[in-house]
Amino acid sequence: MSTSAALFTYLLRLGDDNLVLGQQLGALLSRMPELESDIAVANVCLDHLGQARNFLTYAAEVEGAGRDEDQLAMLRDERGFRNAVLMEQPNGDFAHTMARQLFVDAYQVPLYEGLSGSVDDRLAGIAEKAAKEARYHLRHSCTWVVRLGGGTEESHRRMQVAIDAMWPFTSDLFAADEVEAALVADGLAVDPVSIRPRFDTAVNGVLAQAGLRLPEDPYQRIGGRQGLHTELLGHLLPELQALYRANPGVEW
Amino acid sequence: MNAFSLVPAVPDTDRYVAASSDATTQAWAIAATVTDPEVPVLTIADLGVLRKVEERDGTFVVTITPTYSGCPAMEDIAARIVGAFAAAGLRAEVDTVFRPAWSTDWITPEGRAKLVDYGIAAPHPASAGPDAGPSPLFVRPAVACPRCTSRQTTLVSEFGSTACKALYRCRRCEEPFDYFKEL
Repeated sequence: MSTSAALFTYLLRLGDDNLVLGQQLGALLSRMPELESDIAVANVCLDHLGQARNFLTYAAEVEGAGRDEDQLAMLRDERGFRNAVLMEQPNGDFAHTMARQLFVDAYQVPLYEGLSGSVDDRLAGIAEKAAKEARYHLRHSCTWVVRLGGGTEESHRRMQVAIDAMWPFTSDLFAADEVEAALVADGLAVDPVSIRPRFDTAVNGVLAQAGLRLPEDPYQRIGGRQGLHTELLGHLLPELQALYRANPGVEW
Repeated sequence: MNAFSLVPAVPDTDRYVAASSDATTQAWAIAATVTDPEVPVLTIADLGVLRKVEERDGTFVVTITPTYSGCPAMEDIAARIVGAFAAAGLRAEVDTVFRPAWSTDWITPEGRAKLVDYGIAAPHPASAGPDAGPSPLFVRPAVACPRCTSRQTTLVSEFGSTACKALYRCRRCEEPFDYFKEL
């Protein structure tokens, strides 16, 4: 695999993670239990969409096929998306949204910090910016998981249900293949396996404080990086893409 | 007043490139008049968002850096810059860079004073931010109320009316207020 082909796919993976998660969070606007939570989720959503734009704009340039960020986001089908399957899991109740966010944030903080040192200056710049945002996201999601886990019997129960529901989709974040292999040796990409310890430390620390535990069932669903998604992405994409597909090239 | 007095005394030589001619000095001054649409009392020079002004073949290239990846104000700021130059009969293009990543430490002392006057608590040093410790849960430094200066304040929400702010409430004067988050 050539370096530029690998870099293109790698940037799609980074961009699609944020695009799909951003779309999910956007669906929560006006649905949060209180105004402050609504504003918080809107802010986090905006950060993810901004990061998605930066990664996909760069991906389009690396591809050099005349496509732009909008065409990459709006004209690819389900099997063309390279996001980890965790991103497309349903918002569920607030506990599910926060469990998903905790796992994403605990992954993105070390990922972006590592990418800040990439030999690819453009990628390093996008990541350096994103790392600062991810650290705020992590503080926010940790606070809520601890609050709900240590709250009432009902909030604890629902937070545990949410952790159990989201955990089987976390290994997909760390599933490296020949794309990473082609880039890691040259110092362009971060080996996802290398950041797993920091993810585990952060997650285990928060769950311990929250009085929660990881599920014992070892089942993990992977495949998102190769375009093998769970059912939900197929429902999410039409909503994301309908406007653009009905009005190709539209700007808003 | 020389336009470059706006540059704060922070030892980061990469932050601004000094004007090489009177024309670029003047151009910097024009760019420095552009205000932030979200916090209209601050100029992009106060914020440290304005990074460089160069002349290339009769066009001024103004380099800015976003505060946040998804900051929706960037396109508006770029349009305001082009507009400010057009009003002076000059042509400008806007270039966006990500590195080094913007920090609230770049807000000038004047900018910090304007923020507080406007009712927004100024940021702590970036080193007090979420990068501060190894544990994901941190003790936050106290934020002083911009109205009554009391430090008896409570964080209401980690995220405020824009990505760059958090929402606080003063326990003394009981007013809610925005805090410009350290980044």
